[in-house]
Amino acid sequence: MRILIEGGRVIDPANQRDAVLDLLIEDGRIAALREPGSARGGGGAPPQTDRLLDARGKVVCPGFVDLHVHLREPGREDMETIATGTRAAACGGFTSVCAMPNTSPVNDNQTVTDFIIDRARRDGLVNVFPIGAISKGQHGEELAEIGELVGAGCVAISDDGKPVMNAELMRRALEYASLFRIPVIQHAEDAHLTGKGVMHEGRVSTELGFKGIPAASEAVIVARDILLAELTGSHYHVAHVSTAEAVRMVREAKARGLHVTAEAAPHHFALTDEAVMSFDTNTKMSPPLRSSRHVEAVKAGLADGTIDAIATDHAPHTIQDKEVEFDYAANGIIGLETAFGLTMTVLVEGGVLNVSQAIARLTCDPCRIFRLPKGTLSVGADADVAIVDPTREWVYDVKRSASKSRNSPFHGWKLKGQVLSTIVGGKVVWELEG
Amino acid sequence: MGWTRKDLLGVRELEAEEIGLVLDTATSMKEIASRDIKKVPTLRGKTVINLFYEPSTRTRTSFEIAGKWLSADVINISTSASSVVKGESLKDTGLTLQSMHPDVVVIRHPVPGAPHLLARLLKASIINAGDGAHEHPTQALLDLFTIRERRPTLTGLKAAIVGDILHSRVARSNIFAMQKMGMHVRVCGPPTLLPRYVESLGVEKSFQIEQAIADVDVIMMLRIQRERMGAGLFPTLREYSKLFGLNLDRMKLARPDVLIMHPGPINRGVEIAPEVADGPFSLILDQVENGLAIRMALLYLLTGGQGTNN
Repeated sequence: MRILIEGGRVIDPANQRDAVLDLLIEDGRIAALREPGSARGGGGAPPQTDRLLDARGKVVCPGFVDLHVHLREPGREDMETIATGTRAAACGGFTSVCAMPNTSPVNDNQTVTDFIIDRARRDGLVNVFPIGAISKGQHGEELAEIGELVGAGCVAISDDGKPVMNAELMRRALEYASLFRIPVIQHAEDAHLTGKGVMHEGRVSTELGFKGIPAASEAVIVARDILLAELTGSHYHVAHVSTAEAVRMVREAKARGLHVTAEAAPHHFALTDEAVMSFDTNTKMSPPLRSSRHVEAVKAGLADGTIDAIATDHAPHTIQDKEVEFDYAANGIIGLETAFGLTMTVLVEGGVLNVSQAIARLTCDPCRIFRLPKGTLSVGADADVAIVDPTREWVYDVKRSASKSRNSPFHGWKLKGQVLSTIVGGKVVWELEG
Repeated sequence: MGWTRKDLLGVRELEAEEIGLVLDTATSMKEIASRDIKKVPTLRGKTVINLFYEPSTRTRTSFEIAGKWLSADVINISTSASSVVKGESLKDTGLTLQSMHPDVVVIRHPVPGAPHLLARLLKASIINAGDGAHEHPTQALLDLFTIRERRPTLTGLKAAIVGDILHSRVARSNIFAMQKMGMHVRVCGPPTLLPRYVESLGVEKSFQIEQAIADVDVIMMLRIQRERMGAGLFPTLREYSKLFGLNLDRMKLARPDVLIMHPGPINRGVEIAPEVADGPFSLILDQVENGLAIRMALLYLLTGGQGTNN
């Protein structure tokens, strides 16, 4: 099987490449990058391939890699399945996703990991890398069988959705995980400071009378964990960084040479807590949408590399879990289909990143920190490729989402930057209609 | 100008002219209460549903009497005796009520924004009778009405709101309402009961009741709730009363003609001493009485009445 992607602007930050080239895929791998038109015979005769994709005027880049999604399977197949979640990923240009362990049952043992990997092989449109739990049942008490989880294919551990509040357990998790050279991902939130808070504490929460979640709720845990990362020398990764203070501490930790990394979600750079004024429960998430001061800090963190990766925290929920009073609504939104458009619209159009940096935050940067063998167009690499139009305008219609859920605050948003084709392992798994 | 809104969800979105219209309309409604036969046919054939997700005596009764004096059919639903205890969602309760063709649904709910959710779903007019710590617009309107009876020009007046601002919808609605009418607002209470960013609402903040009440025209005391003690927001009611209670000694620091208000229910001897609550400048019972006029005015305006401009 040969696919030729012709005449596109190939942006491959892993190899510092940005040039108009033909990309040849053979047997699931990147076979060659050549001068445009070189595959054609005399007089421009069409080349010998099974599939020819015209990428003239488009960008060809490694498929995106999302370090943070919730696929809900096993257990909550009414919200999302591995089939629907990976289809949404493919629509968004993602060719690999890391699946958080807060399924039902929790992915805290190799049987669940095996199930996810089997199901992903059977139903998955993109690569699925499971993340195991830090603690048994995510109860924050005893370590899960981390060795067996890694043996079965987990690439990191996290109790995501629940912070590890016990500092001693966090210390031991960091120490133990270093044995397998995997990151420990923290959902950084102090459960006591958050309490029953439902949105960012600031002017808007004051006006709306909602119980606020102070920025310090995230920052105190990040501060504590950085001290533990220093104590243990292990790899600590902050999930969905949302506050200026946490960004600053990660920056300082990196400057001091600690193995600390971070990701940010598109909604944390595209929206502020002002959005909650609508009482739309699709503006409710954990961590909450923050005020503009924090949003600017997240952008600055992405710009200077303090924040390594853009990760969606794709969190599907049923209609009945969202169409309720704000306090009772579930946290989180779906994000796979809007991530690239938001990145281009807010970060690139907004002058925070150039196109190449934006693609890096979605490809080689996340792969580097999680040591995933993806995110590159090097010859011989798995042919995971996205073809995108970075300037094309489109309107997101959540009613047509490939996800099983519809919980997005970006419905009706006009975005600049659209995914046209997604190729996984040399197979075109998704193409934009029309 | 006339009334153009379908719903009354909060004071924050109202214009000063709209507030003026409600107050002026209430002035003519108040006269009905003084009649021997307290009934006018204005809302005959209209249905008002009181949907209360929290306990309430004065607000629910006030809406019920207001509706009945205007000849509306008033139905009370308290959620402890309804399908809500069977797990029915607010959406489904709302849609069920909609099928019964109410003209107005008055809702009280512990969550901010619940009336807004209902307003999106229902054709009926929604009146917010209190949503969590967000807004209680009819309370603020009746408070303004009560102040205006004693001080006809609201612009330039100073008010101090004292107590648990953090959890108070009365405080928020009054802050918005008073500011729109040109009043100056100061809030006072222990730091744990003032929102961390309260000054972003454009109010002055004070931690000393003695300073807070010294130069104001209106002192509004808020009820202090026992359960906040358990949450670690203040140590004891006794200490609270000692530091923030309004008693006769502190009254000596205030202006001699200061107006004393309280949305009720009051904790005698906690946030307000009995001598102050029952004293000559206390408007606490006027507030209750004026609540009827304000709610009659709103029911009238929301069902298509043209209002009165003084």
